[in-house]
Amino acid sequence: MYQHTRLTTNRLGFFQKFRNFDYILLVCILILGFISLATMYSTDGGEVKFHTKSHFIKLAVFTLMMLVMSFINIKYWFSIGYLVYVVVIGLLVGTYLFGITSSGSQRWINLYFINLQPSELMKIFIIVCLAKFFHRMKLENVNSIYTILTSLIIILLPMGLVIVQPDLGTAVLIAISGIAVLWFAGINYKYFIYTILGFIISLPFVIAFLKPYQKLRVLTFLNPDKDPLGAGYQIIQSKIAVGSGGIFGKGFLKGTQSYLEFLPEKHTDFIFTLFSEEFGFIGSAILLVIYAIIIYRIVAIGASSRSYFAKIFCYSFGAAIFVFITINMSMVLGLLPIVGSPLPIMSYGGSSMLATMIGFGIVMSARVHNQQMIA
Amino acid sequence: MINSSSDNVKKLNSINRRMFITGSLKFFIMIGIVSRLFFLQVKENKKYLTLSDKNRIREWKLAPVRGEFHDYFGNVIAGNFEAYQLHVIPEQVEDFRYVIYRLKDLLELSDIEFKKVLKKKNEIKPWETLIVSDNLSWQKFSKINNHLYDLNGVKPVISISRNYPFKENFTHLIGYVSQANQDDIETTQAIKKNFVPGLKVGKVGLEKTFEEKLIGTNDIERYEVNAYGRRISQLEFQKGQKGKTLRLTIDTEVQKLANELLKDKAGSICVMDIYTGAVIAMHSSPSFDPNLFVFGISQDDWELIRNDPMKPLVNKTLQGNYSPGSTIKPIVALSALENGIVNTNFTVQCTGKTEMYGQTYHCWKKKGHGYMNLRNAMKQSCDTYFYEVARKLGVDKLSETAKKFGLGEKVFGDLFDIEKKGLIPNTQWKKNALGKGWLLGETIITGIGQGYIQTTPIQLCLMTAQIANGGHKIYPHLVLDDKVNDQLIDKFTPLYKNSKNIKIVQDAIFSSTNEVMGTSYRSRIDNPKYQFAGKTGTAQVKKITEEERELDLKTFQIPYEQRDHALYVAFGPYKNPRYALSIIVEHGGNGSTTAAPMATKLFKLIIDRHKMRDSLRNKNYLEI
Repeated sequence: MYQHTRLTTNRLGFFQKFRNFDYILLVCILILGFISLATMYSTDGGEVKFHTKSHFIKLAVFTLMMLVMSFINIKYWFSIGYLVYVVVIGLLVGTYLFGITSSGSQRWINLYFINLQPSELMKIFIIVCLAKFFHRMKLENVNSIYTILTSLIIILLPMGLVIVQPDLGTAVLIAISGIAVLWFAGINYKYFIYTILGFIISLPFVIAFLKPYQKLRVLTFLNPDKDPLGAGYQIIQSKIAVGSGGIFGKGFLKGTQSYLEFLPEKHTDFIFTLFSEEFGFIGSAILLVIYAIIIYRIVAIGASSRSYFAKIFCYSFGAAIFVFITINMSMVLGLLPIVGSPLPIMSYGGSSMLATMIGFGIVMSARVHNQQMIA
Repeated sequence: MINSSSDNVKKLNSINRRMFITGSLKFFIMIGIVSRLFFLQVKENKKYLTLSDKNRIREWKLAPVRGEFHDYFGNVIAGNFEAYQLHVIPEQVEDFRYVIYRLKDLLELSDIEFKKVLKKKNEIKPWETLIVSDNLSWQKFSKINNHLYDLNGVKPVISISRNYPFKENFTHLIGYVSQANQDDIETTQAIKKNFVPGLKVGKVGLEKTFEEKLIGTNDIERYEVNAYGRRISQLEFQKGQKGKTLRLTIDTEVQKLANELLKDKAGSICVMDIYTGAVIAMHSSPSFDPNLFVFGISQDDWELIRNDPMKPLVNKTLQGNYSPGSTIKPIVALSALENGIVNTNFTVQCTGKTEMYGQTYHCWKKKGHGYMNLRNAMKQSCDTYFYEVARKLGVDKLSETAKKFGLGEKVFGDLFDIEKKGLIPNTQWKKNALGKGWLLGETIITGIGQGYIQTTPIQLCLMTAQIANGGHKIYPHLVLDDKVNDQLIDKFTPLYKNSKNIKIVQDAIFSSTNEVMGTSYRSRIDNPKYQFAGKTGTAQVKKITEEERELDLKTFQIPYEQRDHALYVAFGPYKNPRYALSIIVEHGGNGSTTAAPMATKLFKLIIDRHKMRDSLRNKNYLEI
């Protein structure tokens, strides 16, 4: 019986694959997409302008792409795990060499049809790569020097390339994605503890090496009221916007902080601030619940997957998405320094959405092919 | 295979264990985020809502409309007029240089004025209003309006501003307004609250005293602004309250006559209702046009006023400390009668001069008056008689009576900060102020209103009024409001011990005007309707030397600054008196020739207008 099921599920028909879809996850992603479109419409001042249009097109194309990806067997994603990593490393090198510079940092590369930010893609592909790396590894080998060194190189290489852009925020997020995989792969607890201790001890030296604007951000975070019109402006205005939203919010298109331009970067990093101002505590809580369901579904799909690759990818991706969300929110709520990380799906930005959708696509594929073993 | 599968199981166990740890962590972090949201949006909501409103709402205050001053009959004596102004918002002008030079030509601005405008422009933000001109003539205003097609961004504006239609007539009474300075803002709460750039506030006089009532409240425009301070939309327009209009007791016609009588002279005239204490007229001469100050006085005009030897900036009615001269004699007589020092039969022989305590005291009449009783001495203003009375009376008793009748005290209390108290000396005062003992000779000259004694014209007017009304206390006032409604009071506080004494003094004053030999006989009016009683006074400005006394110069032969002040106090009509007045002409020479004739003209007008005034009082005037 067991054998039988296995054989049949190995070759799923088109409709069977459809049946295997995680509709809860899909619906949540679609709702999130809709919310993000509405919010983008609000940032455009209640008109369909550039940001709304562009966001809609990206959302439509990438959602379609995610659906197509879910029909592709998870083992193919496994097989190209190293390749995509190498390709993105190539893109990062390309960015370093011929990238487009915008506001003092060289993050984008012109691919003729799209301006891509490879560092965003790396946040996901590093998980794919490391998941593949640990897939076949025996547990006793996981904590070997060779493994640890190799995985560290896999993480540090893209980090280095992103730091020189310079984009410390994204580099840290890439590292967190990678570390998530290491964590689930079973690297000894003590290494994590050592790392955390080492990080805390070296913090003063790290700060000494930070660029002035980065140092300013840390100082501003610690005391935003010191320079309310300068460096502290973003945090203060963001907190005012969120706080003034109250329980029910100011109402759709009525966020005064945003449409009177007090809010900085409202399309990208501070999109949650605008949403929270207009929809209040209840709206924000609902948005958090949607994110929570998405993460829960990702983890559940991982738990139901037969293959170790799918499992470790889903868990790590779920953890990474969670970290992206919490870092972005903590930042706009004044709990963390401004590091410049987008809110998945909600924020304007093609590369970030592409990366997130690719992640969802692989998770969906893992769900559709959850009985697939990978040798 | 078994190995590998057991390894797989171990791997699964490990990953699931770690997933559990991760899941718990996620749960707590999620709770952390939600609590933070709750803290900001629910608990601290009010604080951030306020901050957000502070961000987006900006108020623009407009100058409040100032309350007016009306005279007793409702004539506007300080009102508002529409000033034609020219505003430019630099940001809305395409080519500011072109427009501003074009305006310079059209308005014929001088280089200094033009530079001032440019300086102002540099001080404001580009979206703020630049007032190019604050009070244009109608000709220039219409000229600008005809050229508007060429002046993009220039806005002709009609704004409300202060106007004094009677010009110099009320200057010392009402004062004037001018641009508020830092001092005004700091000292007056109402100015601080309603301050807008260019706000005009009272600088002196009643305009200053009643600032809080007159100022009104701002119109407030609330705008929503964006992060760069640009107005997005008007949220609210809150109409301000016009300041309170104050009705005065003054009769403009009498005031104008006072101004006319004192034309080209330095001095003061005040007229008072002897029963209500209402001031009918109060003028200090020379005066100046208060309208000059409203938009800032020019340097030339200011120098002209400041350097005038007749001192137009001094309010002589309230600030002028003058020796009362013979106008004090009714009080000296009254005091002596009240204290039982003399009676009507008390007689003194006047030989023109008298020797007392080794000093010679002269009567104004060189040949002397002969035997004088009280009535005759008052009529002819015999100095020798009053020397003797004063000597017998003593300065302390005299000062007591004088103070009772309002001398040596501020008449209006706190109404005017510039008002002087005058000086009624006594022995105690001299000891305290000068540290010297009182000399008897000083009592003697006090008896004819010379020496230390000093009074202001308004005090003399009050003194006369209180003698005229039968010796009762009245409270002089200028402004009518709910408390002071100009009705006759039922009960008067008597200032005398025996009302007969008041009658005696009144009769003596009557004789001085209406009987042959009286000092102001020439100014009398025989018609009983207008008949009045008055006492002349001539106050020496400097001690007359023996040689000068020998020369006996006529007034015009003496240099202006050394001429005597001419004084006159009077009340009328003699039967049923109603009004009292005091007149002082600085360096006017002689009370009977300079000051008394003015009273004739004044009484004619005042008594003619009495009926009108009375009818208004009984009609219960409605506040406008």
